[in-house]
Amino acid sequence: MAALLDFLDVILFAALFLLGLFAGRWNERRHYASIRRREKELAGVLVFSNRFPPQVTVRVPTHLVSGSAVISDDYFKNVVAGLSSFFGGRVRTYESLLDRARRESVLRMKAQARAHGAAMIVNVKFQTFAIGGRSQNSVKGVEVLAYGTAVGAVARA
Amino acid sequence: MLLSNLELVPGRRVLKHLGLVQGSTVRAKHVGKDIFAGLKNIVGGELKAYTELLQESREEATQRMVAQAKAAGANAILNVRYATSSITAGAAEIFAYGTAVVLE
Repeated sequence: MAALLDFLDVILFAALFLLGLFAGRWNERRHYASIRRREKELAGVLVFSNRFPPQVTVRVPTHLVSGSAVISDDYFKNVVAGLSSFFGGRVRTYESLLDRARRESVLRMKAQARAHGAAMIVNVKFQTFAIGGRSQNSVKGVEVLAYGTAVGAVARA
Repeated sequence: MLLSNLELVPGRRVLKHLGLVQGSTVRAKHVGKDIFAGLKNIVGGELKAYTELLQESREEATQRMVAQAKAAGANAILNVRYATSSITAGAAEIFAYGTAVVLE
């Protein structure tokens, strides 16, 4: 019994690590499937980082649109990132986290543009914000905000 | 009030520039949300409570900016930008700013 208690820390760590690995991977796969499906749906809304729409002399309705998402990391990613920051190099587990947050925020922004009946979004800006930061005990996650100006369809002359 | 992060509005002239307007808010998360988010931190996924919290804060900052522009007599804010910064471990400041203008 005493021996078991000695190993409790290790067992707890292993359980959380495996839970993070499997549940995290499952969550990520499901999220990616949803992202890909909605990206196809919203493919009609064009997104540009250009400062101005291709044609600016015509009077068209514009709206400020934005989308944001906070994506949490999981126990597995956290441990791997901790190791990576020791050895250096790519932190693949966090790359996918940021990719998901960014694509999700773009999708939400596009959905808003579509609700306004807009065909494109110009001057798109991204902003990334780490929640929890460097403190050890707080919740870790990353927020990505995407915003831009939705421009109504320009009638071709 | 028209908001845009462009420097102009297609097809409409800017009659008057009224200068910089801004709005900000500092928000802290509450403990209940944090416990749930702590669980989510093990298995991953979206932290919806946090997404909403930040979105609400951003709306509030935007509203304060709009109120300032209204007081200045503007009918549009151009070149709108957002900034987020963490103040302490539990609180974040959301800041919105732009140029108040009068459009024709």
